[in-house]
Amino acid sequence: MKRPLLNVGMALAALLVCFPLLWMIAVSLMANGEASHSPAPLLPADPSLAHYRALLGSGGLARAFGNSLMLAIAATAISTLLNTLAGYAFAKLHWRGRDAIFSGLIGALVIPGQVAMLPLFLMLKEMGLVNSYLGVLIPSFAGIFGIFLVRQYARSVPSELIEAARMDGAGEWRIFFAVVLPLLKPVIVTLAVFAFLGSWNDFMWPLIVLTDGQLYTLPVALASLSREHVQDSELMMAGAVITVLPVLLLFLVLQRHYMQGLTMGGVKQ
Amino acid sequence: MSGRIGTRIAPRFSPRFGPRLGRQELAAWSFALPALSVIGLFFMLPVATGLALSLTDFDLYALASLKNLRFVGIDNYITVLQRPLFWKALGNTLYFVAVGVPLSVGLSLLFAVALQSKLVRFKPVLRTALFSPVVATLVAVAVIWRYLLHTRYGLINEGLVALGFSPVDWLGDPHWSMPAIILFAAWKNFGGNMIIFIAALQAIPEDLYEAARLDGAKTWAQFRHITLPGLAPTLLMVSILTIAGYFQLFAEPYVMTQGGPLESTKSVLYLMFEDGFKWWNLGQASALAFVLFAIIVAFSRGLLWLTRRLGVEA
Amino acid sequence: MNRREWLAGTAALTAAGCARSDKPLVFWGMGREGEVAQELLQGFTQETGLAVQVEQLPWTAAHEKLLTAFAGDATPDVAQLGNTWVAELAALNALEPLTPWIAGFDHGDYFSGIWATNEIDGQLLGLPWYVDTRLLFYRSDLLAQVGWREAPRSWAEWMRCMAALAAGPVQRPLLLPSNEFEPLLALALQQDDRLLKDGDTRGNFSSPGFRRALGFYLDLMRRGFAPLQSNQEISNLWHEFAKGTFAFYISGPWNIGEFRRRLPAAFQGQWTTAALPGPNGPGASIAGGASLAMFRRSRAKPAAWKLIEYLSRPAVQGRFYELTGSLPPREKSWALPLLAADAQARAFREQLGRARPVPPVPEWERIMQEMQLFAAHAAHDGTPVDATVTALDKSVDVMLEKRRWMRSRT
Repeated sequence: MKRPLLNVGMALAALLVCFPLLWMIAVSLMANGEASHSPAPLLPADPSLAHYRALLGSGGLARAFGNSLMLAIAATAISTLLNTLAGYAFAKLHWRGRDAIFSGLIGALVIPGQVAMLPLFLMLKEMGLVNSYLGVLIPSFAGIFGIFLVRQYARSVPSELIEAARMDGAGEWRIFFAVVLPLLKPVIVTLAVFAFLGSWNDFMWPLIVLTDGQLYTLPVALASLSREHVQDSELMMAGAVITVLPVLLLFLVLQRHYMQGLTMGGVKQ
Repeated sequence: MSGRIGTRIAPRFSPRFGPRLGRQELAAWSFALPALSVIGLFFMLPVATGLALSLTDFDLYALASLKNLRFVGIDNYITVLQRPLFWKALGNTLYFVAVGVPLSVGLSLLFAVALQSKLVRFKPVLRTALFSPVVATLVAVAVIWRYLLHTRYGLINEGLVALGFSPVDWLGDPHWSMPAIILFAAWKNFGGNMIIFIAALQAIPEDLYEAARLDGAKTWAQFRHITLPGLAPTLLMVSILTIAGYFQLFAEPYVMTQGGPLESTKSVLYLMFEDGFKWWNLGQASALAFVLFAIIVAFSRGLLWLTRRLGVEA
Repeated sequence: MNRREWLAGTAALTAAGCARSDKPLVFWGMGREGEVAQELLQGFTQETGLAVQVEQLPWTAAHEKLLTAFAGDATPDVAQLGNTWVAELAALNALEPLTPWIAGFDHGDYFSGIWATNEIDGQLLGLPWYVDTRLLFYRSDLLAQVGWREAPRSWAEWMRCMAALAAGPVQRPLLLPSNEFEPLLALALQQDDRLLKDGDTRGNFSSPGFRRALGFYLDLMRRGFAPLQSNQEISNLWHEFAKGTFAFYISGPWNIGEFRRRLPAAFQGQWTTAALPGPNGPGASIAGGASLAMFRRSRAKPAAWKLIEYLSRPAVQGRFYELTGSLPPREKSWALPLLAADAQARAFREQLGRARPVPPVPEWERIMQEMQLFAAHAAHDGTPVDATVTALDKSVDVMLEKRRWMRSRT
């Protein structure tokens, strides 16, 4: 019958897709040099957390973890706020230049972010913000895609509700916080999760901006470690787990919420 | 309509600000301005500066002292187009796009359709598993994949050998390095588009499928005549976004192969990064970035025109 | 999040972003030397009470990081610089001249060749920290197996030795990573022709000397003595050396320390070092090494000088050698019993006598990478030497265009 075949096929496919991540965990628990054998082992012979202790202790990854966490929270808070406000304005408020500006933003979506990186670096240098947390954060404070997402979603908010509130004499800010915001919850969760993800996983910009090892975020620290320790695969896997596990967990826990926000935004073209 | 009611009731400010500046308009600006200023100041302004930089020969000497700066007009662009390495990088990037996009989008579509099928159980678990690579940090998974692709100790080669093929020097052979990157990128990215396709598939009304089944149409016919047309707009959007994204290939070669071996995985953006952040030849690097931008725009417009000719409505 | 929290958060972030005023000295060390710097400098902190923050950079990223720091106004107080980089940073006016600082410092016993590479336009811009050159590490036991009791001394001898090894215990006797330019550079420096011409503003790679060097280099690979692979692909070169995957490796003094540290004691009698073979006998090699340099924008220059001075003391350099195998640049340090008795270090000492400097142009790093890329391509595609060197010269000329323009102005 088709059903069991399809299900087995899907299960296998899912396992295959997850496999690198599962193997990452397995290798991180192996001893030094254990993985460099042919055939490579799938499970550790004697699981140990030694690599984690090394990395989080003297390896400096604990500090990088803290940096990543702090920066991700800050980026999430600020960008979610700014993008939601702007997205709502584009969706529901009427103002001159609204549509022209929005088209401009959509057009700008095609511009590769890296075009701006070099001059932005020079600009931050003039501001004295190279090699600082703020320098890393600034580009993430607002994003065109985030505004787009909120706008698409916010258009589904019934205008009558807003109008009714206006008739009652409520100010625009009050309307936003009291009436609209609760309705935007799914897309806000989506925004927040992806902002956190984006900040946590950001690699290129922190790599360029940060020279001080104390300020490194996890991806930069891991990349630096991997260049030094290309032979120590088990150690590197532990580092990879430390980097990936938090966002995987976040994603697992919150997926019901933001899936809704993504799919709603996707449907309303 | 409702907006106009609001502004007519609200008091007007001085006519200097225009006939319709009302309470709403002021509020709208206060809502949008923070985000717009950030984007304007930290994205648009640098882009414009980049354009200006591309017309000069800004480099390390100029960083030391602006007296060493020369205005060179479009010389940088001409140099870019004359560099053999640029064409090689462009070729690598096009290879990546031409093979990688269909692979990635195809996988996304395949799994989305599979996950929508009524025959499949444990959908949430499967969806989570299939989406997980998207979430994982690129640097971390690149480290993992480097070991998986290892010529002697890597599991991928072991799998190949078990199936009867000979091992491949994935990251050392210039012929196989880009396929390795393509495979890696497909694995990493297909989950994102898969979710978008799932949403689009959910929007196709069930009755269409019911009617088709009543007419005796098989699964494949249903797919061809109901699913695909229903998906067409989304497919187009996803394709264009994925193409634009794939043209910006950088992080994967940076972490996995450093552009090698023998420059076979150097993409245009990687070249820009090297010119800009390794050699500090900012004039050249900016010119490269804009050339890439022009290519992406040309490609997307071309694709849109093509699909319009073929009758697909966006 | 209400407005007050938001403002407070922004203020806190701004404060974190601003420069900290009460900072320790920042020292950038590279590779293995950076790893041991922390330990070496403990004595410094004890003696002077000055705290030092050591940043350890991998060599593969160090050059980029230095330039990025310069561009972003985030340079350290003191850094270890490869001596070819001294010229580059000097051209950018990034380094503090050390001439006034060495007034009271005893520096007469430094090797003159190394000292000269740090003097640019009459100013001393770096104090040599260790010297470095490239020579041959080899498995003496494997060579003995095929009848070679001593290392080959000329190119011809070397080829014969490798042919014997290839027919015997070691299929691919030479490890020649395709992304390291030092071996080819060393071979090129053994020739009489300079690598750049016209006041170091144009490439001279079409000269007969470089053609010979490139030809020999490509031959090594075409004859099958060295597989074409990058240093990223060999998973652990020390283990592979011990396993006998290769018998020859062209490398620098830090590997003395690494081989001793990473491989078992029983193995130590099976490897040693020898001078790099030249076209007609023991050949020249790279006059490399690293210097300690102070950055102009440092805000703690007297303390920075103290740090540089501390690391230059013979006793400290002796300890440095113990930890890393890095060779001191001054006679007084070589006189220490530790080094005087070291057989493997002696080969380096001998090679240092024949070390040759490279042109001190800021673009040198880029030129070297380009040279290596062309060589690797030629090895892979089978391009003839003629076409390769012509194309290389063309490319290098483009890179040096700005330098030509700047010189034409003065």
